[in-house]
Amino acid sequence: MWKTIKRWYHQLGSPVYFYRFSSAVLPWLLPISLVVLAVGLAWGLAWAPVERYQGDSYRIIYIHVPASSGALMGYIAMGVAGLVALVWRMKMAEVMLKALAPFGAVLAAVSLVTGALWGKPTWGTYWQWDARMTSMLILLFLYLGIIALQSAIRDPRQAARAASLLAMVGVINVVIVKYSVEWLQTLHQGSTLKVIGESSIDDAMKWPLLISMLGLWLLYAANVLMRARTEVLNRERRAGWVRKLVNRP
Amino acid sequence: MYFDSFADFLAMGDHGFFVWSAYGISALLIIGNMLLAWRQQGRVRAELARRARREARDGTTVSGSSDESGS
Repeated sequence: MWKTIKRWYHQLGSPVYFYRFSSAVLPWLLPISLVVLAVGLAWGLAWAPVERYQGDSYRIIYIHVPASSGALMGYIAMGVAGLVALVWRMKMAEVMLKALAPFGAVLAAVSLVTGALWGKPTWGTYWQWDARMTSMLILLFLYLGIIALQSAIRDPRQAARAASLLAMVGVINVVIVKYSVEWLQTLHQGSTLKVIGESSIDDAMKWPLLISMLGLWLLYAANVLMRARTEVLNRERRAGWVRKLVNRP
Repeated sequence: MYFDSFADFLAMGDHGFFVWSAYGISALLIIGNMLLAWRQQGRVRAELARRARREARDGTTVSGSSDESGS
């Protein structure tokens, strides 16, 4: 068990291995994620029953919840990558830290925009400075801060060190986003979808939501792989295997 | 299908503006970012290939430093 984990760590930590691995996975991952996402969204938009109190505007959750959870998960992954990059100086962790940020920022923005467009017909307001929404806005700024840091510092290893620190500290904000609806008085309602215990959402709405979520997460993974490949090529441009690769027509 | 007609589906029970603008903006942001990532990958590969061709033509190879490989 320990040996297998150790081997994975070293294999995926090697840029060559990662590049070969992602070449094999991406042609499958990208189309599968698009199909899964399309099925989930079509189901939620056209086939799922209407919500009794919110009317059809509730259908916005089929993109809002997957985007929000994806943005949070992506940030946690960045925090972990930051830790590995800082402590063990692993190159692939630095690459991942950079590759995770852009799509995470997009998902945070999608979460805020769709949340506002759902809030207007449901709560009567696009925005309120409550704990959930404010901390989600901070999450977007943290993502943008990490992107800005990485493009502002020329040396990629130094840039990664600075970004690692911000990524790790920012994980506190993810905890605040997650528990703000339980600890504090917020306009935003609590979660109806639970990993542990009974969800309070009906099955007819739960399944399309879970499928959309899976689809968007897989799409995020595909985006990260694409960006990580670009970054690996850029960093390893002098390495023999990259030369051989680009010389092939 | 939950809705009676396609017009009903578009109307979203009078909430069509909110539902469709939410999905429209999301699609724009997500697809835009995917295309950006795709284009970047192609650009870097093209640049590296160009550099390799130039080096092959000039007969000069900038020697790769060994410390850049591995994890």
